Amino acid sequence: MTVTDTAPAPAPQRPGRSAGRSAYAWLRRTDTGSSTFSVLVTAVLLVVLFGAGTVRYENFGYPQVALNLLVDNAHLIVLAVGMTFVILTGGIDLSSGAVVALSTVVAASLLEKGWAAPLVIALVLAIGTLLGWAMGAAVHHLQLQPFIVTLAGMFLARGLCFVISEPSIPIRDDLFTGLAQNVVELPGNTYLTYAVVIALVVVAVAAFVLHRTRFGRTVYAIGGNEQSAGLMGLAVGRTKVAVYAISGFCSALGGLLFSLYILSGWSLHAIGMELDAIAAVVIGGTLLTGGSGLVLGSLLGVLVLGTIQSLISFDGGLSSWWTKITIGLLLLVFVVVQRVTTRRRR
Amino acid sequence: MPETPTTPRARRMVDLSSPVVWAAAALLALLLFNAVVNPGFFAVRIQDGHLFGSPVDVLKNAAPTLLIAVGMTLVIATRGIDLSVGAVLAISGAVSFTIIDGSSDPSSPATAAIAIGTALAVGLVLGVWNGFLVSVVGIQPIIATLVLMTAGRGLAMLVTDGQIITAESPAFTWLGRGYVLGLPAQVVLTLLVLLVVAALTRRTALGTLIEAVGTNPEAARLAGVRSRSITWTVYVFVAFTAAVAGLMTNANVSAADANRAGLFIELDAILAVVIGGTSLAGGRYSLTGTVLGALILQALTTTTLTMGVPDEYVRLFKAVVIIAVFLLQAPRIRAALGRRRRGARGVTSPDVPPTDAAADDVRPLTPAQAANSPTTAMPDAAPSPTDQGVLR
Repeated sequence: MTVTDTAPAPAPQRPGRSAGRSAYAWLRRTDTGSSTFSVLVTAVLLVVLFGAGTVRYENFGYPQVALNLLVDNAHLIVLAVGMTFVILTGGIDLSSGAVVALSTVVAASLLEKGWAAPLVIALVLAIGTLLGWAMGAAVHHLQLQPFIVTLAGMFLARGLCFVISEPSIPIRDDLFTGLAQNVVELPGNTYLTYAVVIALVVVAVAAFVLHRTRFGRTVYAIGGNEQSAGLMGLAVGRTKVAVYAISGFCSALGGLLFSLYILSGWSLHAIGMELDAIAAVVIGGTLLTGGSGLVLGSLLGVLVLGTIQSLISFDGGLSSWWTKITIGLLLLVFVVVQRVTTRRRR
Repeated sequence: MPETPTTPRARRMVDLSSPVVWAAAALLALLLFNAVVNPGFFAVRIQDGHLFGSPVDVLKNAAPTLLIAVGMTLVIATRGIDLSVGAVLAISGAVSFTIIDGSSDPSSPATAAIAIGTALAVGLVLGVWNGFLVSVVGIQPIIATLVLMTAGRGLAMLVTDGQIITAESPAFTWLGRGYVLGLPAQVVLTLLVLLVVAALTRRTALGTLIEAVGTNPEAARLAGVRSRSITWTVYVFVAFTAAVAGLMTNANVSAADANRAGLFIELDAILAVVIGGTSLAGGRYSLTGTVLGALILQALTTTTLTMGVPDEYVRLFKAVVIIAVFLLQAPRIRAALGRRRRGARGVTSPDVPPTDAAADDVRPLTPAQAANSPTTAMPDAAPSPTDQGVLR
């Protein structure tokens, strides 16, 4: 509209008015539909939310409060990473919460029977991966909808939970309690749990796989347009199945981290956790139609959810259900903004 | 050939590739199984002029799910989905019970009328909201309704202040545990809604319009169908059914629990629709199938419980049966089944009607050909609710 549209980032001559102008110009030039931009928005939101908490509540600014966001949500981070893979291909995985519950129950019941912890961990991860692989195979080879397949997977996983054990089983294994109670000391009298370290490693590995491997590019290509990907000769079938297997693996790993967090196995653990994971992925800027998004965004999305939860618990006057309402509203804002920006891009 | 009249009903009797037939067979098998294993299952007795017995239980317990599933069928037919029905159900129950609980005269009909009216109005508003997001803003249905699914339970808790609200009102007692002509009131209400929907969509063009929107919204709009209004309306309607179901389920226990009421009912409703053979890809729907689907789900639960299967195994059993039904409906598996049947008849070309078709099959023309050439059969196939099995 004005000259500033094309001017290459003009130096602010008259501060105040032209700062707004140049910000506008920058917005005009920037591709607001790009995933980098979405992640940036999420990062700004996280900083704003956390800043608001620091201003409002006097103890909110402690470094450990920020680190606790990671400590309390390590399992959700892993879950969201798996979900990101699936959503990037345009699918969805409703089974992850149930697989978390199944993992805690299997781990707790086997440990109670005296199995060796490493064996239990391996078995749990294998079960999750196998379940995910089976769902992926059903999605691809039987041409069933991901929504329905993973819904069935969710019922199956919860059903298995109840068969294994209905009451909650405490975990008393040395390795598990050791991992749960020992922490990584950080400077400034702060700490992180080992679960957080594992979760961050998962994020790093996922980012590497998505951006630096052929498999990762195929994932994005399938989300962009499955038919084109197939016509280009990419391994669509293998990748789709693998994506669900990855999500299953992440759900099982998330389940193990969750069992470290609460040291028990119960068939009613993690009800609705898949929704939190999906919400985190969406807030992190990944398009639900697939093809666009970053794992880093999902990590930030989880942290945003965690910040909302801490804000509400710090307030004390707000009841817990405000968490759900706020997350719903946030989800709404992000979905609408996504819709508007992608429409503009076309 | 063409002069032999075949109604959709006649075709349904024999069309083995129709999912409705499979659903009916599954329900029949379940009932037969019950008849053999537990002869008392079908014993219906009349007490105080009301019917009692396992079949009545199945009907009554299936009623809220079926009611929502009817609304869900229409939503799915437009290629949509509504995940928020459980939350709407909880909000409807919370609103109505809070009003009764807070009124000075809880048992008066006026209070009940206000409570019911407000709950239904709130349900409609929530439906308008979902419909707005989907049809006007253009958000994917699964996400648009996920917003309300997440926030809705929080809203319901906000209404009840996190408490479980108990209240007694004659109108609600009737709604939850009352009888009409010997049948539970819930069953009668659900049947009423079902009949109205069936009449409105199958005796007018509305059903075809909904299917047109589901097949291709843009093409439907260009052909003069008001895609946006139709999409919006089905979301309002499903929220309405959820609100009514909320009144029913909460009245049944005379309490509103914002946390637990209608938990997972959206999944049950979607399952009922899918088991009934309505594809999530939209464009075709079968109300008969939905009824069968809802009954199968409930009969499965009742069967496992009356068989004395340990409680822990009920969920696993249900999951396995559901997976089996899905696998049977998978396009590839059904295509394989269809191929075998066609192969046996030796039909090779869609242009040459099978000579012996009339002999071994009541259908003379369309379905057999449709099965042979899905691409050409699509436009001229009758919009029968059960045909989609052949076409997909």
